[in-house]
Amino acid sequence: MERYVVAVLVNNKFGVLNRVTSMFRRRGFNIDTLTVGETQNPKLSRITLSFLGSDNKDQIIRQLEKMPDVHKVQELEKGSSVSRELLLIKINNSSEARQDILAIVDVFRAKIIDYAPDSVTIEVTGESGKVNAIIDLLRGFGIIEMCRTGIVALTRGKENVLATDAEIEEGSEG
Amino acid sequence: MKISGAEILVKTLIEQGTEVVFGYPGGQVINIYDELYKHQDKLKHVLTAHEQGAAHAADGYARATGKVGVVIATSGPGATNLVTGIATAYLDSIPMVAITGNVSCPLIGKDSFQEVDITGVTMPITKHNFFVNSIDKLAGIIREAFKLAKSGRPGPVLVDIPKDVQTALFDYEPADVVAPYPKKPVTSAAIAKAVEIIMAAKKPYIYIGGGAISGDAGKEIEALAERIDAVIGTSMMGLSAVPTKHPRFLGMVGMHGHYAASIAMHHSDCLITLGARFSDRATGKTSKFAPEAKIIHIDIDAAELEKNVRTDVGISGDIKEVVEKLLAVLPQAKHDDWRSHVEELRKKEAASDPVDDRFSPKNIIRLLNTYKNAATPVVTDVGQNQMWAAQYAEFEQPRKFISSGGLGTMGFGLGAAIGSAIATGERSVLVTGDGGFGMCLTELATAVTYNVPVTVVILNNTVLGMVRQWQTLFFGKRYSNTDISNRQTDFVKLAEAFGASGYRAENESELKAALDAAFASDGPVVVECMINKDEFVLPMVPPGGSMDDLIVKVGD
Repeated sequence: MERYVVAVLVNNKFGVLNRVTSMFRRRGFNIDTLTVGETQNPKLSRITLSFLGSDNKDQIIRQLEKMPDVHKVQELEKGSSVSRELLLIKINNSSEARQDILAIVDVFRAKIIDYAPDSVTIEVTGESGKVNAIIDLLRGFGIIEMCRTGIVALTRGKENVLATDAEIEEGSEG
Repeated sequence: MKISGAEILVKTLIEQGTEVVFGYPGGQVINIYDELYKHQDKLKHVLTAHEQGAAHAADGYARATGKVGVVIATSGPGATNLVTGIATAYLDSIPMVAITGNVSCPLIGKDSFQEVDITGVTMPITKHNFFVNSIDKLAGIIREAFKLAKSGRPGPVLVDIPKDVQTALFDYEPADVVAPYPKKPVTSAAIAKAVEIIMAAKKPYIYIGGGAISGDAGKEIEALAERIDAVIGTSMMGLSAVPTKHPRFLGMVGMHGHYAASIAMHHSDCLITLGARFSDRATGKTSKFAPEAKIIHIDIDAAELEKNVRTDVGISGDIKEVVEKLLAVLPQAKHDDWRSHVEELRKKEAASDPVDDRFSPKNIIRLLNTYKNAATPVVTDVGQNQMWAAQYAEFEQPRKFISSGGLGTMGFGLGAAIGSAIATGERSVLVTGDGGFGMCLTELATAVTYNVPVTVVILNNTVLGMVRQWQTLFFGKRYSNTDISNRQTDFVKLAEAFGASGYRAENESELKAALDAAFASDGPVVVECMINKDEFVLPMVPPGGSMDDLIVKVGD
């Protein structure tokens, strides 16, 4: 199983996210991470999906492309794209642990965004691998709670996933 | 001048070429029905007995003509009663627009009386659906619904219109009938690769599905078969795309396919698949499907390629266009060995099907062939009756075999038979069973109301035959809940109670007399044929088997 990341440009309307995720559900595809937000064109939202797949990747992309609310689907391959995740993680703090925590924060270029004598909240951005690595390191201190955004990604260089206005007009009404 | 949303809807339906709508009124569509009343000279409304029947009728209308079928239902239960009909159309790629009323916008989400989230419910069984939240979008959405329903791979689209949008006022500007979205051009590289495979083939087989009918490509497919010296087999959905008596046509493949059609497919070295989606009922076990063949898959829907079976070349595009492009470059071929091998299979098939005079489903369907004409829509229910009709009914024109393939909806038949008869003006023949007919027989009321010419042939074996057949073969004859002989329904009296004519036939001469009367009538006639409950649908590929495992006779 490999992890794939796709950017899906959709109409910025209610119910569209539901349609996309419902397609994954009913065809038995599993979504690993999902982020969604408006693009520079307020008519469009960008859904960034990652999923674990093997031979079903093309099928998933074709099923997405078939949906009337979907304008474009692009696979963001590792070599030709940049990706980030944001992690907020709250761990136990104590005078004995403090120095070790600060060292980890420093090495990972993370940030402490909340500090209390018995807890500390850290913000980390990076590729999923880096995020996974810091979580593993912090596990020893006792994770109180954590929250990660899932992957956002863009292609390298000037290439983009934007649809032209004509392509947007072609889409559905309402 | 500003007019109401309900009037905009009706005017837009008319503007988009709708001649007939099927439906059932209710609280949240009263305004629409008021406009249907005012526009009845331009748009005919057929009132069914149940919304499910209306959905199947709109579906039958669409299957028989290729036009978009339109159905209207009220909110809540009216809308949910459409669900089976919409799913039936979705699985078979039938163009349909379903209009539902809903409670006014301020009441949405409050669990109001007869409120149901029908766009949520139908999301996985429609091509797309719309909730119209403001009057200014209404006409545009209706047009977009028609456009989507008939573009590319057709399918059902639902439009949910809250009551306050129906009563709101807005301008209406007439528009032209919407054209489908343009089809994506076919790449020449894909054509070249297909040509290479076809030219290297020694045993070419053209396998067609429902796309051959919706893509109107029957004639081109026949020409391709002549050119490359191929034989033709079909999925159930492709029946009637090519005339049954075409010398290259072998029949249906799959779980209950014809022997020669299925075995030749298994032996083929080049399978040119046109508008078929390799359903599990057609392929059997996919790992053993057409093991020696290079597979060329041509379909309007790119998402069908590589979905169910491995393919050597996948071409997404209009079938007719692709076949024309293939014809433009392929030279005349000759494969005498292959053709004579297929002839041997056909002889073997004929030998296993001796002529007898039993009052069997096979002989009943064959007798029906002599009554119907080239234009008669043959509609089926689901189960044994469907398979017998698929195996033995003969067709000369496309769109004459109307059957629920993908969803396999028992109860589909009567509504669809009414819809197809209204659509074509021809007497339709419904082949059904006592089980399937029992599910939606209330639509006899509709057939009587509008004096719809339908001959309902009930193959009454007093059991739910297809499930019983499996129980016989695979469940040690434990007939759990498949014997319905204690129902004691008298279908002749039932027909008469509805105001139709009814006949019972226990032998061929009684059937002939009944069919003579039915085909002389201008309205609905029910003919109940008493058949043996141990009649089996054969051949049969056992579950999990491949074409090679075809059971021809029980005891094999």
